[in-house]
Amino acid sequence: MAETLNMTVNMGPQHPATHGVLRVLLELDGEIIVKATPCIGYLHRGVEKLAETMTYNQALTLTDRLDYTNGLSNNLSYCLAVEKLLDLKIPKRAQYLRVMLAELQRISAHLLWLATHALDIGAMTVFFYAFRERETILGILEQTTGARLTPSFIRVGGLAADIPDTFTASVKTFVDDFPARVDEYETLLTDNIIWKKRTQNIALLSREDALNYGITGPVLRASGVKYDVRKAYPYSSYDDFEFEIPLGRNGDIYDRYVVRLKEMRQSNRIVKQTLEKLPEGPVRAHALTVVSPDKADVQKDIAALIRHFKIMAEGFKTPCGEVYSSVEAPKGELGFYIVSDGTNKPFRMRIRPPSFINLGILPKMAEGLMIADVVAAIGSLDIVLGEIDR
Amino acid sequence: METVPFILESLIKVVVVFSVVMLIVAYITLLERKFLGFIQVRLGPNRVGPCGIWQPLADGIKSFFKEDIIPLQADKPLFVMAPMICFFAALSMFAVIPFGDSVYLFGRKIKLVIADVDIGLLYIFALGTLGEYGVVLGGWSSGNKYGVLGALRTAAQMISYEAALGLTLIGTVILAGSLRLTDIVEAQRGVWFIVYQPFAFILYIVAGLAEVNRTPFDMPESESELACGYNIEYSSMKFALFFMAEYAHIVVVAAVATTLFLGGWLGPFLPGPVWFLIKVFFVVFFFIWERATFPRLRYDHVMQFGWKVLFPLALLNVVVTACIVALK
Repeated sequence: MAETLNMTVNMGPQHPATHGVLRVLLELDGEIIVKATPCIGYLHRGVEKLAETMTYNQALTLTDRLDYTNGLSNNLSYCLAVEKLLDLKIPKRAQYLRVMLAELQRISAHLLWLATHALDIGAMTVFFYAFRERETILGILEQTTGARLTPSFIRVGGLAADIPDTFTASVKTFVDDFPARVDEYETLLTDNIIWKKRTQNIALLSREDALNYGITGPVLRASGVKYDVRKAYPYSSYDDFEFEIPLGRNGDIYDRYVVRLKEMRQSNRIVKQTLEKLPEGPVRAHALTVVSPDKADVQKDIAALIRHFKIMAEGFKTPCGEVYSSVEAPKGELGFYIVSDGTNKPFRMRIRPPSFINLGILPKMAEGLMIADVVAAIGSLDIVLGEIDR
Repeated sequence: METVPFILESLIKVVVVFSVVMLIVAYITLLERKFLGFIQVRLGPNRVGPCGIWQPLADGIKSFFKEDIIPLQADKPLFVMAPMICFFAALSMFAVIPFGDSVYLFGRKIKLVIADVDIGLLYIFALGTLGEYGVVLGGWSSGNKYGVLGALRTAAQMISYEAALGLTLIGTVILAGSLRLTDIVEAQRGVWFIVYQPFAFILYIVAGLAEVNRTPFDMPESESELACGYNIEYSSMKFALFFMAEYAHIVVVAAVATTLFLGGWLGPFLPGPVWFLIKVFFVVFFFIWERATFPRLRYDHVMQFGWKVLFPLALLNVVVTACIVALK
């Protein structure tokens, strides 16, 4: 019998289904994957090194650009770490608003995932339906933060500003509307035979593997491990709200899909509760050396003006030490590890990006799958290259 | 028959059918984008002319003026020939499709079909298969691995589904007792064959979807896996030819469905060609509609479905039909 050679195919860095500039080196035996090697680094910007040259407030803007579908959660994770270093107390209203914004951002990130994942598997219409709702959320975030993609709105010590008057009303309309929209996506996919055939029992991830590879987020929960930073180590008053952690059983692509859809409903529930419970009060902590004063005060009060210039020009100093703080980002556990030498710039900032660690399982997962499955598997891991390459 | 009038008549028919088909093909692309737009809560093209009615023209002009790239690794003659084969095969199939009853003009009986050959159906199958050569050669000769994968998928899928497609139509041929398409339409004067052959119709539509590479069977292209598959290296008018061939093929599949199951041009009040177009439109509309609904199947699922479900069912349909006709 003639000896056959495997074919090597470069999937990416320009490929519609790799979600950015990921390159996967596929060794193919016909349509079956013998070996898949992810090659990363095409989007490397040296974020961690850049942060060492910036003051703490400046470094905040770098975090927007990590997982660019999820600016607010990145802001939150970074601010929590710096606040832990400074030992700051954040007012309740700011905490609730942070939760609300982070959960809205989670819904929008999951919607983007649903849209692209469905498109990868060939279901075109879901893409547009999901984008319709995502537009609404981005509109709400834009009128609040002034930006759709890179909000930098959650600041060290609180928020950049209080919410506008129209905010509550538009969030309420969205929250009331949203569960019916999720039902709409489900009618298109959940019981669709082709969708099930393409996703069930494919790219299985066992509980043990998930734990050994350090997987977090919906991918981990789809494998049946109940770990969610919001419940395990509650931050920003998450323990004030009621929500469930959806779990999967098999750890296949379908379970990841179901878990994320349920998560969207839970996030919606949290947003609803924050709306009901939102207290009055300031949105910035009372810390004269860290938090810049209100614009109104700056124009009247010479001391406030001086503080404003001081904080804007040279930032604030943090005590020596090292902290780690993490949040549950849509992709998984997003952590910031900051080492401070007592100056106004981080001595070292290390980011724990969930996408990077989740991608580690791909070579193992892809073995023996077909090309079409690899596309679905990458989609179900929900990776963002801005975060992987940093 | 006198030769000169015959040639003249045929030429006129060819020109008319060719122009009408090209027009339909162009506007089906617009129709598809519009319908998909409405289904997907967006507008579709609306910039070129009112409601975007000049969009197909703009697309045509655009692809005409694009740079025509032939990759260095490509097998040049085959690479250039492949889209032509596709386009030629798809258009030639219209030659035997009857779009109306005979009419009397200048004292001559004119049949509203270019060539009323007695093996019409076989001719359609032959050319349909020939068209697939274009796709296979196009992917193969482009010297691109994704193209090759697309071509391999096409080759496998076409062989599987041509067989089933052929079998689904045998039932109607048994009922009509002829392979000539005009005879088959005439045989449906009382009752359309869709009534006698409902399963065959459904099977034909499914196999037809696979035949023209539509979702959920769009293996050779599968945009998100193979990044367009067989036509990955094509640009400019060559790409447009593939595209037009695909849409012409869709119209052919719809026209054959109309002729064999939906009574062809037959219908009350309106003239035959109008009825024919209305029926074709409905089948085409179904093709667009389902594209917005279904995800894509996986390659091995497609093959399994073709051989293990579609083929046996089509075979069963033929056997049952034959038994019933024989017992009558």
